[in-house]
Amino acid sequence: MQDLIETSVETATAVELAGVSKRYGDVLALDRADLTVRRGERVALLGPSGCGKSTLLALIAGLEEPDGGALAVGGATDARERLAQCALMPQRDLLLPWRSALDNACLALENQGLSRAEARRRAQPLFAELGLAEFERARPSELSGGMRQRVAFLRTLLAGKDVLLLDEPFGALDSLTRAALQGWLRDALDRERRTVLLVTHDVEEALLLADRVAVLSPRPGRVLAEVAVDLPPGTRRELVVSAPFLELREQILEALE
Amino acid sequence: MRWASHVRRAAPTLVLLAAVVGLWEVVVQAANTPAWLWPSPAAVARSLADDDGLLARNAWVTAREMLLGFALAAAVGMLLAALLHFSAAVRRAVYPILVASQTVPVVVLAPILVVAFGYGLLPKLAIVALVCFFPVVVGMSDGLRSADRQYRRLMLTLDAGALDLFRRVELPASLPALFSGLRIAAAYAAIGAVFGEWAGSGSGLGYVMQQAAPALATPRIFASVVLLTAMALALFGAVTLVERLAVPWSRDAAA
Repeated sequence: MQDLIETSVETATAVELAGVSKRYGDVLALDRADLTVRRGERVALLGPSGCGKSTLLALIAGLEEPDGGALAVGGATDARERLAQCALMPQRDLLLPWRSALDNACLALENQGLSRAEARRRAQPLFAELGLAEFERARPSELSGGMRQRVAFLRTLLAGKDVLLLDEPFGALDSLTRAALQGWLRDALDRERRTVLLVTHDVEEALLLADRVAVLSPRPGRVLAEVAVDLPPGTRRELVVSAPFLELREQILEALE
Repeated sequence: MRWASHVRRAAPTLVLLAAVVGLWEVVVQAANTPAWLWPSPAAVARSLADDDGLLARNAWVTAREMLLGFALAAAVGMLLAALLHFSAAVRRAVYPILVASQTVPVVVLAPILVVAFGYGLLPKLAIVALVCFFPVVVGMSDGLRSADRQYRRLMLTLDAGALDLFRRVELPASLPALFSGLRIAAAYAAIGAVFGEWAGSGSGLGYVMQQAAPALATPRIFASVVLLTAMALALFGAVTLVERLAVPWSRDAAA
Protein backbone atom coordinates (compact mmCIF):
# COMPACT_ATOMS: atom_id res chain seq x y z
CA MET A 1 0.00 0.00 0.00
CA GLN A 2 2.76 2.34 1.00
CA ASP A 3 4.52 1.39 -2.22
CA LEU A 4 1.47 2.26 -4.27
CA ILE A 5 1.25 5.73 -2.83
CA GLU A 6 4.95 6.24 -3.33
CA THR A 7 4.76 5.31 -7.01
CA SER A 8 1.67 7.34 -7.70
CA VAL A 9 3.29 10.38 -6.14
CA GLU A 10 6.37 9.70 -8.16
CA THR A 11 4.59 9.37 -11.47
CA ALA A 12 2.51 12.46 -10.82
CA THR A 13 5.66 14.56 -10.72
CA ALA A 14 7.26 14.95 -14.11
CA VAL A 15 10.14 17.27 -13.30
CA GLU A 16 11.62 18.13 -9.97
CA LEU A 17 14.46 20.54 -9.18
CA ALA A 18 15.69 21.10 -5.63
CA GLY A 19 18.37 23.70 -5.06
CA VAL A 20 19.92 23.22 -8.50
CA SER A 21 23.00 25.32 -9.22
CA LYS A 22 25.12 25.53 -12.35
CA ARG A 23 28.29 27.44 -12.96
CA TYR A 24 30.31 28.05 -16.12
CA GLY A 25 33.83 29.01 -15.10
CA ASP A 26 33.43 32.03 -12.87
CA VAL A 27 29.86 32.70 -13.92
CA LEU A 28 27.10 31.34 -11.74
CA ALA A 29 24.28 30.70 -14.20
CA LEU A 30 21.76 29.15 -11.83
CA ASP A 31 21.59 29.61 -8.08
CA ARG A 32 19.66 27.07 -6.04
CA ALA A 33 16.64 26.89 -8.33
CA ASP A 34 13.58 25.00 -7.06
CA LEU A 35 10.78 23.87 -9.31
CA THR A 36 8.24 21.08 -9.43
CA VAL A 37 6.24 20.31 -12.54
CA ARG A 38 3.36 17.85 -12.43
CA ARG A 39 2.73 15.41 -15.25
CA GLY A 40 0.67 17.07 -17.97
CA GLU A 41 1.26 20.52 -16.58
CA ARG A 42 2.50 23.44 -18.66
CA VAL A 43 4.92 25.72 -16.93
CA ALA A 44 6.43 28.87 -18.39
CA LEU A 45 9.85 29.98 -17.20
CA LEU A 46 9.87 33.73 -17.51
CA GLY A 47 12.83 35.94 -16.98
CA PRO A 48 15.18 38.52 -18.47
CA SER A 49 17.70 37.52 -21.15
CA GLY A 50 20.69 35.62 -19.82
CA CYS A 51 19.06 34.56 -16.57
CA GLY A 52 19.91 30.92 -17.06
CA LYS A 53 16.60 29.79 -18.54
CA SER A 54 18.21 27.86 -21.37
CA THR A 55 20.71 26.38 -18.92
CA LEU A 56 17.80 25.12 -16.88
CA LEU A 57 16.34 23.34 -19.90
CA ALA A 58 19.70 21.81 -20.85
CA LEU A 59 20.02 20.51 -17.30
CA ILE A 60 16.56 19.00 -17.24
CA ALA A 61 17.09 17.45 -20.68
CA GLY A 62 20.17 15.63 -19.45
CA LEU A 63 22.50 17.49 -21.79
CA GLU A 64 24.34 18.91 -18.81
CA GLU A 65 24.81 18.05 -15.15
CA PRO A 66 24.13 20.40 -12.25
CA ASP A 67 27.00 21.46 -9.99
CA GLY A 68 24.77 21.34 -6.95
CA GLY A 69 21.29 20.28 -5.89
CA ALA A 70 19.08 17.46 -7.06
CA LEU A 71 17.29 17.03 -10.34
CA ALA A 72 14.88 14.34 -11.48
CA VAL A 73 12.70 13.72 -14.52
CA GLY A 74 9.97 11.15 -14.01
CA GLY A 75 11.83 10.06 -10.89
CA ALA A 76 15.08 9.42 -12.78
CA THR A 77 18.19 11.40 -11.90
CA ASP A 78 20.58 9.80 -14.38
CA ALA A 79 21.36 12.08 -17.34
CA ARG A 80 20.78 9.32 -19.88
CA GLU A 81 17.39 8.51 -18.41
CA ARG A 82 16.47 12.19 -18.32
CA LEU A 83 17.46 12.45 -21.98
CA ALA A 84 15.19 9.54 -22.82
CA GLN A 85 12.17 11.37 -21.44
CA CYS A 86 12.73 14.88 -22.77
CA ALA A 87 12.54 16.44 -26.20
CA LEU A 88 14.08 19.86 -26.66
CA MET A 89 12.98 22.49 -29.13
CA PRO A 90 15.94 24.87 -29.38
CA GLN A 91 15.79 28.61 -29.99
CA ARG A 92 17.06 28.26 -33.52
CA ASP A 93 14.93 25.87 -35.53
CA LEU A 94 18.01 23.84 -36.58
CA LEU A 95 16.12 22.21 -39.44
CA LEU A 96 18.46 20.15 -41.58
CA PRO A 97 18.69 21.83 -45.00
CA TRP A 98 19.05 18.50 -46.81
CA ARG A 99 15.78 17.12 -45.49
CA SER A 100 12.26 18.05 -46.50
CA ALA A 101 9.94 19.51 -43.87
CA LEU A 102 8.30 16.13 -43.33
CA ASP A 103 11.62 14.30 -43.05
CA ASN A 104 12.90 16.87 -40.59
CA ALA A 105 9.88 16.20 -38.42
CA CYS A 106 10.57 12.46 -38.76
CA LEU A 107 14.11 12.67 -37.40
CA ALA A 108 13.41 11.21 -33.97
CA LEU A 109 11.30 8.38 -35.41
CA GLU A 110 14.12 7.41 -37.74
CA ASN A 111 16.64 7.61 -34.91
CA GLN A 112 14.37 5.28 -32.97
CA GLY A 113 14.79 2.72 -35.72
CA LEU A 114 11.77 3.19 -37.96
CA SER A 115 12.25 3.05 -41.70
CA ARG A 116 11.85 6.35 -43.48
CA ALA A 117 8.61 5.23 -45.11
CA GLU A 118 7.14 4.13 -41.79
CA ALA A 119 8.26 7.33 -40.07
CA ARG A 120 6.65 9.41 -42.80
CA ARG A 121 3.44 7.45 -42.55
CA ARG A 122 3.25 8.24 -38.84
CA ALA A 123 4.15 11.90 -39.16
CA GLN A 124 1.81 12.64 -42.04
CA PRO A 125 -1.49 12.84 -40.12
CA LEU A 126 -0.02 15.28 -37.62
CA PHE A 127 1.22 17.45 -40.46
CA ALA A 128 -2.28 17.69 -41.84
CA GLU A 129 -3.87 18.23 -38.44
CA LEU A 130 -1.57 21.10 -37.59
CA GLY A 131 -2.01 22.94 -40.85
CA LEU A 132 1.18 21.95 -42.64
CA ALA A 133 -0.37 19.59 -45.17
CA GLU A 134 0.96 21.31 -48.29
CA PHE A 135 4.47 21.83 -46.99
CA GLU A 136 5.57 18.24 -46.45
CA ARG A 137 7.97 18.18 -49.36
CA ALA A 138 9.21 21.75 -49.05
CA ARG A 139 12.84 22.24 -48.16
CA PRO A 140 13.53 24.38 -45.06
CA SER A 141 14.96 27.17 -47.22
CA GLU A 142 11.59 27.44 -48.92
CA LEU A 143 9.70 27.95 -45.66
CA SER A 144 9.01 31.18 -43.80
CA GLY A 145 10.32 31.66 -40.28
CA GLY A 146 6.93 30.84 -38.79
CA MET A 147 6.55 27.67 -40.82
CA ARG A 148 10.03 26.56 -39.86
CA GLN A 149 9.15 26.89 -36.18
CA ARG A 150 6.02 24.82 -36.72
CA VAL A 151 8.05 22.07 -38.32
CA ALA A 152 10.58 22.28 -35.49
CA PHE A 153 7.75 21.91 -32.99
CA LEU A 154 6.37 18.88 -34.82
CA ARG A 155 9.82 17.35 -34.78
CA THR A 156 9.86 17.78 -31.00
CA LEU A 157 6.35 16.41 -30.62
CA LEU A 158 7.01 13.36 -32.79
CA ALA A 159 9.89 12.31 -30.58
CA GLY A 160 7.09 10.93 -28.42
CA LYS A 161 8.61 12.10 -25.15
CA ASP A 162 6.59 12.91 -22.03
CA VAL A 163 8.37 16.17 -21.40
CA LEU A 164 8.61 18.90 -24.02
CA LEU A 165 11.21 21.59 -23.38
CA LEU A 166 10.56 24.64 -25.54
CA ASP A 167 13.36 27.20 -25.50
CA GLU A 168 11.97 30.56 -26.63
CA PRO A 169 10.32 28.89 -29.60
CA PHE A 170 9.16 32.12 -31.19
CA GLY A 171 11.94 34.42 -30.02
CA ALA A 172 13.28 35.13 -33.48
CA LEU A 173 9.93 35.84 -35.13
CA ASP A 174 8.23 39.15 -35.85
CA SER A 175 5.38 40.05 -33.51
CA LEU A 176 2.56 39.30 -35.96
CA THR A 177 3.87 35.86 -36.80
CA ARG A 178 4.56 35.24 -33.14
CA ALA A 179 0.98 36.09 -32.17
CA ALA A 180 -0.33 33.70 -34.82
CA LEU A 181 1.97 30.92 -33.69
CA GLN A 182 1.06 31.37 -30.04
CA GLY A 183 -2.55 30.63 -30.92
CA TRP A 184 -1.44 27.71 -33.05
CA LEU A 185 0.76 26.24 -30.32
CA ARG A 186 -2.05 26.65 -27.77
CA ASP A 187 -4.30 24.50 -29.95
CA ALA A 188 -1.55 22.00 -30.67
CA LEU A 189 -0.74 21.57 -26.99
CA ASP A 190 -4.41 21.19 -26.12
CA ARG A 191 -4.62 18.35 -28.59
CA GLU A 192 -1.51 16.59 -27.26
CA ARG A 193 -1.52 16.66 -23.53
CA ARG A 194 2.16 16.58 -22.57
CA THR A 195 4.25 18.04 -19.80
CA VAL A 196 5.61 21.31 -21.13
CA LEU A 197 8.36 23.62 -19.92
CA LEU A 198 8.38 26.78 -21.96
CA VAL A 199 11.16 29.32 -21.68
CA THR A 200 10.20 32.83 -22.74
CA HIS A 201 10.79 36.49 -22.00
CA ASP A 202 7.36 37.44 -23.27
CA VAL A 203 4.78 37.80 -20.46
CA GLU A 204 1.80 37.43 -22.80
CA GLU A 205 3.25 34.29 -24.33
CA ALA A 206 3.75 32.80 -20.89
CA LEU A 207 0.16 33.54 -19.85
CA LEU A 208 -1.35 32.26 -23.09
CA LEU A 209 0.50 28.97 -23.15
CA ALA A 210 1.08 27.97 -19.55
CA ASP A 211 -0.91 26.78 -16.52
CA ARG A 212 1.70 28.26 -14.27
CA VAL A 213 4.40 30.88 -14.66
CA ALA A 214 7.70 30.66 -12.78
CA VAL A 215 9.40 34.02 -12.66
CA LEU A 216 13.20 33.91 -12.67
CA SER A 217 15.60 36.54 -11.37
CA PRO A 218 18.42 38.04 -13.45
CA ARG A 219 21.66 36.00 -13.32
CA PRO A 220 22.28 33.99 -11.28
CA GLY A 221 18.81 32.63 -11.96
CA ARG A 222 16.54 31.78 -9.07
CA VAL A 223 12.83 31.17 -9.05
CA LEU A 224 11.43 34.41 -7.59
CA ALA A 225 7.71 33.71 -7.74
CA GLU A 226 5.20 31.28 -9.16
CA VAL A 227 1.90 32.47 -10.55
CA ALA A 228 -0.93 30.07 -11.33
CA VAL A 229 -2.70 30.88 -14.58
CA ASP A 230 -6.38 30.08 -14.64
CA LEU A 231 -7.90 31.81 -17.60
CA PRO A 232 -11.32 31.12 -19.08
CA PRO A 233 -11.28 29.57 -22.56
CA GLY A 234 -11.23 32.05 -25.40
CA THR A 235 -9.30 33.18 -28.40
CA ARG A 236 -5.99 34.92 -28.04
CA ARG A 237 -7.52 38.25 -29.02
CA GLU A 238 -10.26 38.04 -26.45
CA LEU A 239 -7.93 36.86 -23.71
CA VAL A 240 -5.19 39.45 -23.97
CA VAL A 241 -7.64 42.26 -23.20
CA SER A 242 -9.67 40.42 -20.53
CA ALA A 243 -9.53 41.60 -16.92
CA PRO A 244 -8.06 38.40 -15.39
CA PHE A 245 -5.34 38.35 -18.02
CA LEU A 246 -4.32 41.92 -17.35
CA GLU A 247 -4.36 41.30 -13.63
CA LEU A 248 -2.02 38.30 -13.94
CA ARG A 249 0.21 40.29 -16.24
CA GLU A 250 0.47 43.02 -13.65
CA GLN A 251 1.27 40.46 -10.98
CA ILE A 252 4.11 38.99 -13.01
CA LEU A 253 5.59 42.32 -14.02
CA GLU A 254 5.63 43.25 -10.37
CA ALA A 255 7.50 40.06 -9.49
CA LEU A 256 10.02 40.79 -12.22
CA GLU A 257 10.94 44.18 -10.74
CA MET B 1 17.23 30.55 -71.30
CA ARG B 2 19.59 28.56 -69.07
CA TRP B 3 21.97 27.97 -71.96
CA ALA B 4 22.00 31.65 -72.71
CA SER B 5 23.10 32.44 -69.18
CA HIS B 6 25.82 29.76 -69.34
CA VAL B 7 27.13 31.26 -72.57
CA ARG B 8 27.08 34.73 -71.08
CA ARG B 9 29.05 33.56 -68.08
CA ALA B 10 31.64 31.73 -70.20
CA ALA B 11 31.95 34.57 -72.71
CA PRO B 12 34.74 36.57 -70.99
CA THR B 13 36.92 33.45 -70.67
CA LEU B 14 36.34 32.44 -74.27
CA VAL B 15 37.11 35.94 -75.53
CA LEU B 16 40.31 36.10 -73.48
CA LEU B 17 41.36 32.65 -74.65
CA ALA B 18 40.69 33.54 -78.28
CA ALA B 19 42.68 36.75 -77.89
CA VAL B 20 45.69 34.94 -76.40
CA VAL B 21 45.62 32.23 -79.08
CA GLY B 22 45.21 34.87 -81.78
CA LEU B 23 48.11 36.94 -80.48
CA TRP B 24 50.25 33.83 -80.17
CA GLU B 25 49.54 32.92 -83.80
CA VAL B 26 50.34 36.43 -85.02
CA VAL B 27 53.59 36.70 -83.06
CA VAL B 28 54.85 33.27 -84.16
CA GLN B 29 53.98 34.04 -87.80
CA ALA B 30 55.61 37.46 -87.68
CA ALA B 31 58.80 36.22 -86.02
CA ASN B 32 58.86 33.21 -88.32
CA THR B 33 59.74 30.92 -85.40
CA PRO B 34 60.32 27.30 -86.40
CA ALA B 35 57.66 24.86 -85.18
CA TRP B 36 60.17 22.70 -83.28
CA LEU B 37 61.15 25.73 -81.19
CA TRP B 38 57.74 27.27 -80.52
CA PRO B 39 54.82 26.04 -82.62
CA SER B 40 51.93 28.28 -83.63
CA PRO B 41 48.40 27.33 -82.55
CA ALA B 42 47.76 26.31 -86.13
CA ALA B 43 50.68 23.88 -85.99
CA VAL B 44 49.34 22.44 -82.71
CA ALA B 45 45.92 22.04 -84.29
CA ARG B 46 47.50 20.31 -87.29
CA SER B 47 49.29 17.91 -84.95
CA LEU B 48 45.99 17.19 -83.19
CA ALA B 49 44.46 16.33 -86.55
CA ASP B 50 47.41 14.42 -88.05
CA ASP B 51 48.35 12.42 -84.96
CA ASP B 52 44.74 11.77 -84.00
CA GLY B 53 45.11 8.00 -83.78
CA LEU B 54 48.26 8.09 -81.68
CA LEU B 55 46.97 10.85 -79.42
CA ALA B 56 43.56 9.26 -78.92
CA ARG B 57 45.07 5.90 -78.03
CA ASN B 58 47.44 7.40 -75.49
CA ALA B 59 44.93 9.92 -74.16
CA TRP B 60 42.68 7.00 -73.34
CA VAL B 61 45.49 5.33 -71.38
CA THR B 62 46.09 8.51 -69.39
CA ALA B 63 42.37 9.11 -68.87
CA ARG B 64 42.01 5.63 -67.43
CA GLU B 65 44.88 6.22 -65.01
CA MET B 66 43.36 9.53 -63.97
CA LEU B 67 39.87 8.16 -63.46
CA LEU B 68 40.84 4.99 -61.64
CA GLY B 69 43.43 6.79 -59.51
CA PHE B 70 40.95 9.51 -58.67
CA ALA B 71 38.27 6.97 -57.76
CA LEU B 72 40.75 5.09 -55.58
CA ALA B 73 41.80 8.32 -53.86
CA ALA B 74 38.18 9.35 -53.31
CA ALA B 75 37.26 5.99 -51.79
CA VAL B 76 40.32 5.70 -49.58
CA GLY B 77 40.17 9.38 -48.64
CA MET B 78 36.53 9.27 -47.58
CA LEU B 79 36.98 6.05 -45.64
CA LEU B 80 40.03 7.44 -43.86
CA ALA B 81 38.24 10.70 -43.04
CA ALA B 82 35.34 8.76 -41.51
CA LEU B 83 37.79 6.65 -39.51
CA LEU B 84 39.63 9.72 -38.23
CA HIS B 85 36.27 11.22 -37.32
CA PHE B 86 35.17 8.28 -35.22
CA SER B 87 38.36 7.78 -33.26
CA ALA B 88 40.25 10.64 -31.69
CA ALA B 89 43.15 8.28 -31.00
CA VAL B 90 43.44 7.24 -34.65
CA ARG B 91 43.18 10.89 -35.61
CA ARG B 92 46.04 11.92 -33.35
CA ALA B 93 48.17 9.03 -34.59
CA VAL B 94 47.48 9.27 -38.31
CA TYR B 95 46.98 12.96 -39.07
CA PRO B 96 50.62 14.07 -38.61
CA ILE B 97 51.79 11.17 -40.76
CA LEU B 98 49.27 12.16 -43.38
CA VAL B 99 50.61 15.70 -43.48
CA ALA B 100 54.19 14.42 -43.55
CA SER B 101 53.36 12.11 -46.46
CA GLN B 102 52.49 15.15 -48.52
CA THR B 103 55.95 16.64 -48.14
CA VAL B 104 57.50 13.72 -50.03
CA PRO B 105 57.88 14.93 -53.62
CA VAL B 106 55.91 12.72 -55.99
CA VAL B 107 58.61 13.19 -58.64
CA VAL B 108 60.98 11.30 -56.37
CA LEU B 109 58.42 8.71 -55.41
CA ALA B 110 57.36 7.83 -58.93
CA PRO B 111 60.54 5.94 -59.99
CA ILE B 112 60.51 4.01 -56.71
CA LEU B 113 56.96 2.88 -57.38
CA VAL B 114 57.88 1.88 -60.90
CA VAL B 115 60.68 -0.27 -59.53
CA ALA B 116 58.23 -1.83 -57.08
CA PHE B 117 55.22 -2.27 -59.36
CA GLY B 118 56.63 -2.37 -62.88
CA TYR B 119 55.60 -0.56 -66.06
CA GLY B 120 51.90 -1.29 -65.89
CA LEU B 121 48.84 0.53 -64.66
CA LEU B 122 49.48 -0.04 -60.98
CA PRO B 123 52.29 2.47 -60.25
CA LYS B 124 50.35 5.19 -62.11
CA LEU B 125 47.24 4.46 -60.09
CA ALA B 126 49.28 4.65 -56.91
CA ILE B 127 50.83 7.99 -57.87
CA VAL B 128 47.55 9.57 -58.98
CA ALA B 129 45.86 8.32 -55.81
CA LEU B 130 48.73 9.62 -53.71
CA VAL B 131 48.47 13.19 -54.99
CA CYS B 132 44.66 13.13 -55.00
CA PHE B 133 43.74 11.62 -51.68
CA PHE B 134 45.12 14.33 -49.40
CA PRO B 135 42.64 17.09 -50.34
CA VAL B 136 39.84 14.52 -50.09
CA VAL B 137 40.78 13.50 -46.54
CA VAL B 138 41.30 17.06 -45.36
CA GLY B 139 38.11 18.31 -47.03
CA MET B 140 35.87 15.59 -45.68
CA SER B 141 37.56 15.57 -42.28
CA ASP B 142 36.92 19.29 -41.84
CA GLY B 143 33.43 18.86 -43.24
CA LEU B 144 32.53 16.17 -40.75
CA ARG B 145 33.44 18.50 -37.93
CA SER B 146 31.63 21.47 -39.44
CA ALA B 147 28.18 20.58 -38.08
CA ASP B 148 27.16 23.00 -35.36
CA ARG B 149 27.42 21.75 -31.76
CA GLN B 150 23.76 22.69 -31.41
CA TYR B 151 22.85 19.93 -33.86
CA ARG B 152 24.62 17.38 -31.69
CA ARG B 153 22.59 18.42 -28.68
CA LEU B 154 19.39 18.47 -30.66
CA MET B 155 20.03 14.99 -32.05
CA LEU B 156 20.77 13.68 -28.57
CA THR B 157 17.33 14.75 -27.37
CA LEU B 158 15.90 13.11 -30.50
CA ASP B 159 17.30 9.70 -29.46
CA ALA B 160 20.22 9.70 -31.88
CA GLY B 161 23.18 7.40 -31.36
CA ALA B 162 26.63 8.16 -32.77
CA LEU B 163 25.78 6.39 -36.01
CA ASP B 164 22.48 8.29 -36.42
CA LEU B 165 24.32 11.54 -35.86
CA PHE B 166 26.90 10.55 -38.47
CA ARG B 167 24.40 9.41 -41.09
CA ARG B 168 21.78 12.10 -40.71
CA VAL B 169 23.79 15.17 -39.72
CA GLU B 170 27.57 14.97 -39.96
CA LEU B 171 27.86 13.15 -43.27
CA PRO B 172 25.46 15.40 -45.21
CA ALA B 173 27.01 18.44 -43.55
CA SER B 174 30.44 17.32 -44.73
CA LEU B 175 29.49 17.12 -48.42
CA PRO B 176 30.25 20.73 -49.46
CA ALA B 177 33.77 20.53 -47.98
CA LEU B 178 34.24 17.02 -49.38
CA PHE B 179 33.39 18.22 -52.87
CA SER B 180 35.84 21.12 -52.55
CA GLY B 181 38.49 18.51 -51.81
CA LEU B 182 37.36 16.34 -54.72
CA ARG B 183 37.56 19.28 -57.12
CA ILE B 184 41.16 19.98 -56.08
CA ALA B 185 41.92 16.27 -56.42
CA ALA B 186 40.41 16.28 -59.93
CA ALA B 187 42.79 19.04 -60.94
CA TYR B 188 45.76 17.10 -59.54
CA ALA B 189 44.89 13.82 -61.24
CA ALA B 190 46.39 14.80 -64.61
CA ILE B 191 49.68 15.88 -63.03
CA GLY B 192 49.90 12.60 -61.14
CA ALA B 193 49.25 10.53 -64.25
CA VAL B 194 51.95 12.32 -66.27
CA PHE B 195 54.50 11.97 -63.47
CA GLY B 196 53.75 8.29 -63.33
CA GLU B 197 54.21 7.90 -67.08
CA TRP B 198 57.45 9.87 -67.12
CA ALA B 199 58.89 7.60 -64.49
CA GLY B 200 58.43 4.61 -66.73
CA SER B 201 55.82 3.49 -69.22
CA GLY B 202 55.20 2.56 -72.83
CA SER B 203 52.01 4.52 -73.36
CA GLY B 204 50.01 7.53 -72.24
CA LEU B 205 50.22 11.22 -73.04
CA GLY B 206 53.21 11.60 -70.70
CA TYR B 207 55.01 8.94 -72.71
CA VAL B 208 54.05 10.67 -75.99
CA MET B 209 55.57 13.94 -74.70
CA GLN B 210 58.69 12.16 -73.59
CA GLN B 211 59.11 10.56 -77.00
CA ALA B 212 58.30 13.74 -78.89
CA ALA B 213 60.84 15.95 -77.13
CA PRO B 214 64.07 14.38 -78.47
CA ALA B 215 62.45 14.07 -81.91
CA LEU B 216 61.77 17.83 -81.80
CA ALA B 217 58.09 17.11 -82.49
CA THR B 218 57.17 20.10 -80.35
CA PRO B 219 53.67 20.58 -81.83
CA ARG B 220 52.84 17.07 -80.59
CA ILE B 221 53.95 17.99 -77.05
CA PHE B 222 51.65 20.98 -77.17
CA ALA B 223 48.82 18.85 -78.55
CA SER B 224 49.29 16.44 -75.66
CA VAL B 225 49.14 19.31 -73.18
CA VAL B 226 45.93 20.54 -74.79
CA LEU B 227 44.37 17.10 -74.47
CA LEU B 228 45.59 16.70 -70.90
CA THR B 229 44.11 20.05 -69.93
CA ALA B 230 40.82 19.14 -71.57
CA MET B 231 40.71 15.86 -69.65
CA ALA B 232 41.47 17.54 -66.33
CA LEU B 233 38.78 20.13 -67.03
CA ALA B 234 36.30 17.41 -67.91
CA LEU B 235 36.98 15.58 -64.64
CA PHE B 236 36.68 18.84 -62.72
CA GLY B 237 33.41 19.59 -64.49
CA ALA B 238 32.06 16.11 -63.79
CA VAL B 239 32.80 16.51 -60.07
CA THR B 240 31.06 19.88 -60.06
CA LEU B 241 28.06 18.37 -61.81
CA VAL B 242 27.81 15.52 -59.32
CA GLU B 243 28.08 18.05 -56.50
CA ARG B 244 25.12 19.99 -57.88
CA LEU B 245 23.03 16.84 -57.89
CA ALA B 246 24.22 15.54 -54.53
CA VAL B 247 24.27 18.81 -52.60
CA PRO B 248 21.36 20.85 -53.94
CA TRP B 249 20.90 22.63 -50.61
CA SER B 250 24.29 24.35 -50.71
CA ARG B 251 22.96 26.61 -53.43
CA ASP B 252 19.88 27.42 -51.32
CA ALA B 253 22.15 28.71 -48.60
CA ALA B 254 24.09 30.85 -51.03
CA ALA B 255 20.92 32.31 -52.55
